[in-house]
Amino acid sequence: MLAALVIVFREVLEAGLIIGVVLAASRGVHGRNGAVALGVLAGVLGSVVVAIFAASISDAFDGRGQEIFIAAILLFAVLMLAWHVVWMAQHAREMTQQLRQLGSDVTAGRQSLFALGAAVAIAVMREGSEVVLFMTGIVMQGSNTTSELLAGSGVGLLFGAAVSMVLYFGLAAIPLKRMFSVTGVLVTLLAAGLAASAVKQLSNAGLINIFDTSLWDSSFILSENSWPGRILHVLIGYMDRPTGMQLIAYVVTAATIFILSYVRRTPERRTALSA
Amino acid sequence: MSTSRFARYVVRVFPSLPVFLVSLSFLGGASLWASLAQAEDTHEVEISIKDHKFEPASLKLPTGKPIKILVKNLDASPEEFESHDLGFEKVIAGNSSATIRLKPLKPGTYMFFGEYHEDTALGHIVAE
Repeated sequence: MLAALVIVFREVLEAGLIIGVVLAASRGVHGRNGAVALGVLAGVLGSVVVAIFAASISDAFDGRGQEIFIAAILLFAVLMLAWHVVWMAQHAREMTQQLRQLGSDVTAGRQSLFALGAAVAIAVMREGSEVVLFMTGIVMQGSNTTSELLAGSGVGLLFGAAVSMVLYFGLAAIPLKRMFSVTGVLVTLLAAGLAASAVKQLSNAGLINIFDTSLWDSSFILSENSWPGRILHVLIGYMDRPTGMQLIAYVVTAATIFILSYVRRTPERRTALSA
Repeated sequence: MSTSRFARYVVRVFPSLPVFLVSLSFLGGASLWASLAQAEDTHEVEISIKDHKFEPASLKLPTGKPIKILVKNLDASPEEFESHDLGFEKVIAGNSSATIRLKPLKPGTYMFFGEYHEDTALGHIVAE
């Protein structure tokens, strides 16, 4: 039961942390909750579809299908998050003002909602498909511990959601003035981490063969498989054994988003993302 | 924000994205070519999963050569084949198989496991 709890908790937490950051980053955007809810729903449906076709996805492209599929959806999520950060940088000033004055949702922010929903859907689909497969396995084995394992999975799901909510409320407590710069940086690093993960998938598929050895091994300081390591891996893309190509992907993605945000920022608010 | 402002925004921001994508695919193409070139001297092995155990659970593999592992899941339930040491994780559906590609190994021992049955599905690779 504990094993089931831990596995489901881990997957739910990984998706939940991303949702928490995205929600905090879009505070005040009108219709945000609907977009995120739709994203979660699409992600759950997507998980089931991916789980059903797991074998055919895996077999595609000479056994490289799973890696290529994950890399593709991760890169798409990176584009969506990048778009969202740049958009927010452009509108941070008017949004902060409106939030302060009206204390209500900003009506001007719908364009980035698609990006937001799509990023959430991808996070849920990626982790969710593993949960679906794991739970299918439990049911198929049909041993007398099935109900116990399913209960463990349920508790894991609740715990994962709870921890993600703690993160969201922590971020939401940041004063409005700093809110968008903090979440902008967070989403940027999140996107950079996803880009590095995509590179790892392509490298594992044998599609990237340059700069593919580990630059360092910091697993003895902070292992990527410890709880703090996992959480930092999701939030800021911490890697204990990054390859050269992963580091390049991380830096290029983060720099691209920072530069675009800086160039497109609201002129009156110079500190928006450049600080 | 009006539609035309949005359109202008997309036009202003997106020119840099195609550049980014083109350079990514360029790198991808170059390394795909490199991978095909070195495909010949790949060392291939097979591992099967039955009753949530690996067979063989211990493998000796050569160093300095790319390796291709065909993992056959003979159980009806799915498994996630994973190794922290080698940096991969891959879901394998029930009664199906998956391919894992490894870069040339350095001498050493590398642990792998099945994440869904971590108590029984354990194994290791010795590269020498």
